[in-house]
Amino acid sequence: MATTYEPIATYTVSSAQASYTFSSISGTYTDLVVIVSGTCSAGSYLTFRFNADTGSNYSTTELYGDGSTAGSVRNSNNNYMYIGAIRTTQSNILSQIQNYSNSTTNKTVLSRTNNAATETKAVVGLWRNTAAITSIEVGTGGANTFQSGTTLTLYGIKAA
Amino acid sequence: MATTFVKIATVTLASSQAYVEFTSIPSTYTDLCLKMSLRGSDTADYGTMSINGSTSNFSSKRLFGDGVNAQSASRTDNLLIGFLDTTSFTANTFSNVECYYPNYSGSANKSFSIDGVIENNGTTGVQIMFAGLWSNTAAITSLRFTHATANFVQYSTATLYGISKS
Repeated sequence: MATTYEPIATYTVSSAQASYTFSSISGTYTDLVVIVSGTCSAGSYLTFRFNADTGSNYSTTELYGDGSTAGSVRNSNNNYMYIGAIRTTQSNILSQIQNYSNSTTNKTVLSRTNNAATETKAVVGLWRNTAAITSIEVGTGGANTFQSGTTLTLYGIKAA
Repeated sequence: MATTFVKIATVTLASSQAYVEFTSIPSTYTDLCLKMSLRGSDTADYGTMSINGSTSNFSSKRLFGDGVNAQSASRTDNLLIGFLDTTSFTANTFSNVECYYPNYSGSANKSFSIDGVIENNGTTGVQIMFAGLWSNTAAITSLRFTHATANFVQYSTATLYGISKS
């Protein structure tokens, strides 16, 4: 039986760093899943950049609950996709990128952030570019660093 | 290539039961994914999670919407409120719940994600998200979801999957 859900790459942070890039992503899958689990030097956005695009081509809408308030926030025309949050306490961010390898549609991401000390949120992100995604820089927006022990894993899902 | 997303075990209730449980979870995977279809036998829409038999050192942030209001709340216990279909809702309808536990066998505290939906052809429908934490560095070897006041009904199901990163 063909394998549907495959690990593509995984990385464990050994010393603090601000980002990690999954590169040379094969176009043979249908969807991608990115799992980040760990901590940051300070409370930070979790950001994506695709194909090293630093242009103002990213936007997000998020729904969040911080334990007392439910709210929604939008970010537009950014040079990062603010797709989640990672904190100084254990966080996990689960992101899905559907139909990533086509060259006809802009790329959307659906993400869940979980930190029991700070928030739960659901975020949808848009990269206004029809290119197939071949690299994903996962970062903190530059200001803070992933701490040692944080893991980042990329999976590919095949439709057939 | 080894299979990445593997069914570890599944439970389908042949009769009402107070809990669903998975024990002796192997440590050979990277993450766990638990998918459940649940209905309760009374009007309570909540239950508890225990890990490795422990009901302590849990905390969570919750976000939910019911078609009218969106609210958020915090807890410092293992109670999960609002994820369970009940006898108050449309008959033969079960809630849909997914729980994800990344790095479940690692040495850090265990952060987890829960998404649940209850849709009824009536006045109540709920979408709920939990950010949870079990402040314990032990590997997860068992999971139990327990109805708060009564039972999960016949045909409730729970399936545990293991996900390997290599």
